[in-house]
Order: sequence, then structure tokens, then C-alpha cells
Amino acid sequence: MELVCPAGNLPALKIAVDNGADTVYIGFGDDTNARHFAGLNFNEDRANQGVEYAHARGRKVYVAINTYPQPSGWQRWTDAIDRAARIGADAVILADIGLMAYAKNSHPEMNLHLSVQGSATSYEALDFYCQNFNVKRAVLPRVLSVAQVKKAIENSPVEIEVFGFGSLCVMVEGRCILSSYATGRSPNTYGACSPASHVEYIENDIQLETRLGGVLIDSYEKHEPAGYPTLCKGRFEAMGNTYYALEEPTSLNTLDILPELKKIGVKAIKIEGRQRSPAYIRTVTKTWSEALKQLDRGHYQTKSEWNRALSEISEGFQTTLGAYHRSWQ
Amino acid sequence: MKISLGPIYYYWSKERVYDFYKKIAKSKVDIVYLGEVVCSKRREIKLKDWLEIAHQLSAAGKEVVLSTLTLLEADSELKRLNRITQINEYLVEANDFAAIGLLSKQQKPFAIGPSVNMYNAQSLNILFNKGLRRWCFPVELSQETLTSIMEDKNTKLETEVFVFGKLPLAFSARCFTARAYNLDKDDCQYKCIEHKKGLLLSTKEDKSFLIMNGIQTLSSSTLNLINNLEQMKEIGVDIIRISPQSEHTDNIIDIFRDVIDNKVSSADAQSIIDKLISQKQCNGYWFEQAGMDMVELAQSMQ
Repeated sequence: MELVCPAGNLPALKIAVDNGADTVYIGFGDDTNARHFAGLNFNEDRANQGVEYAHARGRKVYVAINTYPQPSGWQRWTDAIDRAARIGADAVILADIGLMAYAKNSHPEMNLHLSVQGSATSYEALDFYCQNFNVKRAVLPRVLSVAQVKKAIENSPVEIEVFGFGSLCVMVEGRCILSSYATGRSPNTYGACSPASHVEYIENDIQLETRLGGVLIDSYEKHEPAGYPTLCKGRFEAMGNTYYALEEPTSLNTLDILPELKKIGVKAIKIEGRQRSPAYIRTVTKTWSEALKQLDRGHYQTKSEWNRALSEISEGFQTTLGAYHRSWQ
Repeated sequence: MKISLGPIYYYWSKERVYDFYKKIAKSKVDIVYLGEVVCSKRREIKLKDWLEIAHQLSAAGKEVVLSTLTLLEADSELKRLNRITQINEYLVEANDFAAIGLLSKQQKPFAIGPSVNMYNAQSLNILFNKGLRRWCFPVELSQETLTSIMEDKNTKLETEVFVFGKLPLAFSARCFTARAYNLDKDDCQYKCIEHKKGLLLSTKEDKSFLIMNGIQTLSSSTLNLINNLEQMKEIGVDIIRISPQSEHTDNIIDIFRDVIDNKVSSADAQSIIDKLISQKQCNGYWFEQAGMDMVELAQSMQ
């Protein structure tokens, strides 16, 4: 299986390549991709250097252009596709069908991948993208059980990439606008969920409150470690109970089901976290590269040191198999 | 402008659903979307029942459209989707690209619901060439975006705008209602049926925020664009959509009809709605703000 690692800047890209990533995926420094964070991502020159670095070592670079352009921004998105073509990206990862048509017509040689933001959860949906835009690969949303991923792969006309590790979306990617409900900005429109620009940490004598768009997402007593107020990972009240009503702060980790993912025909494992530090990229790439090598050698067993290393860089220091495992659902 | 009634998002008993549509048949609504769009485990109303309701509404002079499931996961769901797309009597509203693919392969005209991401005219025109005849504007976009899209989309494509009801904000593999009861999704005991308005989620400072409805999350505030119908007329919106609520839906439809027909002013209509709806209202998305915001009429005129 191909290991697809994230990079938010050139040093991170080099670290990913040096530590065993087969492919690095990146985005440009604006709202054309779903990790639109201040100070993150690539301009054309840096992206060019990244592609050269990766290609010189036999690795690939994919460019995510996976938000949804509105009329006022259309040109910015098509410019991003042209730029990806100029730097020689090995594929662009798209969600919007208008952009797919643009890429197919303007750059017929370019490989198109369907982003997780495209929300394709069945082979019929995959077939639509393949037939109409010659999409070569799709990243599945983190909503299917292993048995359902298997079924999709069996009937899929395109290669399947799935998320292996990183921050966990509880909702179907591309179909969640909780963030813009509270802030006006969502992954679809702006390329960010629960954007930092709308976050407040308010401390008083007894507790620390975290707010998003003014909405109280959680509060912590003095001794409790406070988390980032990602909207779906707050503590709320329902039927008289206050709890993590949607999801706990936790990360996805699929090391334990890696042999199964290989067996059912998953082509590539994607690691989340373009917004994370170079240290994160190093740990996660090294660990996953080692696990995949071990898998290729046969007799796979998850090593406790791998899980330990990954837990330390996980949200809330805990991990889950997410929707791959029915009981999570 | 015509008025449509979107699909019911909540899990209601068979009796409640039949009673609801009996009232709707007598309302001033033009188009009714029927079918389960949230959770395939909900079986109070089977496909044959939906078709029976469809016949009754057609007989009452309503246009009926069959809506498909939004999030498809299991093979059984694809099979059911396949059956719906093969019905020829009614237009089908596709709520996912699997449905769009199945309908376009059969060269059938179809509509799409608000959860199919159409953020620009280029995308719409591609689907128009595949048989799309009506689209519903995504709820998170603004009036400005709609105006631009209207200028460039194929003129034969009908445009529908979601104007009233709880906003559909997210879908998940996880069932939040089952989670609230500490139950597994596979053993959910159909708890949704006990919550005709969904399950309210409040913040720790007791402010209502969201509604959990099985695998769906909705806004707790009610979207209300009654003050913006004039703009919609001007830019050529064909249909406005009202989303079914457990109470007053038929009254709300009739109020919107009266405002469109200039029989009641939007200000008077607003005060009637204020009396009917106890929860907060919102309209922020229309003004390119946070969806939960409420831009007052005076502010929006500035």
C-alpha cells in the first residue's frame, strides 16, 4: 500500500520524503484547499522545489484543491489547477465537479483524484466520477465500516485510498457545515473547520472557557487540560446529561486493522495533518512507513511502541478505529 | 414563485405522517418531496406507503417528488435507491452522487436536494446536461452567490431555495440519538421515534444550539427568510422550500403563500411567525454571516 503523508510547508515535505512517505500531499496558500490556515501551505516556487525534491527521490506529490469555488472565486481555483499542472504534480485532489471538468479539458494528461470532501461513499457514486471525469482514485469519507469499504472496493472502477491516521471527522466530509453555522466559515467554503479567527479562550477565577463564534464549546476546571474548540468535540447537554455528545477529542488510528485494509484491496493509506508540526510529520511518517514495511514482510503485528508514539501526537492523547469498527457508530 | 415542502427529516409514526400529509393536501403548497432521507433503519413508512401518500397528494393537485437517502453506506441502501430511481411516475430528488449517477445513466430528468454540493454554475451546467431539471441552493451560501450563479446557469434549470425550518447541518456514520441513550447504533431501539422534533443539544450555559436527529445534526434555531422573498423573486428563484416541523407547517406554508401573493406584508407575516415559533430564528447564511445569526430587517436594508 502507498503511504500518503501530509505537508504544510517545504521542510515538512522533505521530512516526509526522508522518513519513508511514498507520496506527499500539499495545498496552496489560500482557500482552494481544506487546510487554509495562516502561515501554512505552498506558493508556486516552494511547491516546485517540493516536487523536484520528491521526484529526485522517486516519490510523488499530490496537490489538494478540494474546496468548493463560488462564482466570485472561480478564477482562483482554476489558477490553482493550472499551477499544479505547471509544477508537475502527480495528481490533483478535487471535490467540485465544475473543477473536474475544467482540469479534464485544460490538462487532459493530469491525474484526477476525488477528495474525501466529494463525499463518495458507494461504488455507484465512484462510478459517476470515473465515467464523467476519468477520476483515477478516490479517498473515502471516514464513515464506512471495513465490510462496507470492502464492498465499495470490489465494485469500484477506481483505486481506493482511505484515512489511516489523524484527526477524526465525525461527520461525513463535505457534508458538514456546523463550522459555518457558528462562524460563517466551513471546510467547503473557506477551507477550515472551527477557524482560529473565531476562537476565544476566556479564563475566570474558576474555569477556562473555550468558545467558537461566541458559542461555548467547552469549559475546563483549572487542573484540566483544555482542548481546541473544534465544534463537534465539545461537551454539550442533552436529556439532562453533559457529555461529549458528538465525539470525544480523539484521533483515528488504524494500525490494528492494517492487514485487513491490505487484504480488501485498499491502494493507499492517507495520513491527516497538513496543519501539524514537522515533529508530527516525522513521527507519523516513520511509524507508518515501518508498519507498512513490516506488513509487506508478512507476520504483521502492531508494535506497542508504534501506538505509543502515535498516541502522544493524537488529539486528547487517545485514538479510535472510528467508523471502521461498527461499535463506534 | 411556487412553494415546496421538503422531506420530513424526523422519525414520525406512520399515523403522524399520514395525518401530517392529510393537512398538507389542504394547504397551499405546490410541490411535496416524499421519502426517508436520513436513516434507512426507519421503516414505519415503507416505499409502498410513500407511494400511497404520493397518490393522495397528486389527487389533491400537488406535484410529488421522491427524495432519496442522503448518506449511503450499506448495499441494501443502494438496492433501495435503485428501486426508487426506477419509478417513472414521479420526478426523483437525488441527494447524493450515487443517485445522480443512477438517474443520469437511465437518462431520466431529476432534481437535487440541498446536500448535493453545487457551489457554482459550471457544476450545475454539467449536471443539466445529464438531466438535472431542478436544484436546491445549498443552505450555507449567500444571496450574493445565488445571484451570480443565476446569471450563468442554464436558464431552463429551476432554482429552489430553502427558506424555512431547521437547517440540515451535517450527516454522520454515527447515530447521536443512540449515543445519547448509551445504545449501539445496531441496537438503537428506534429511539428517534420518541423525539418528533429531534433531540435538543444545549451548551453548558444552557443555550440551545443544535438538534440531534439520529445520524443527522440540525440547527436548533429556525431558518426564516420571509423578509427576503422579494429579492428571490427579482433574481428569478422559481421555488421556495419549507422544511416539515412537528407543528404549524401548514400554517407556515400558507403565510409564505400570502406574502408571495402580496396579500400580507412580510412584516405582518413575521409577527405571525414569531407567535407560532417559540425557538430563536436565524438567517445569517443569506447575508454571508454565521448561519446562526439573525440579521434584522432594518440592518439588512442598510
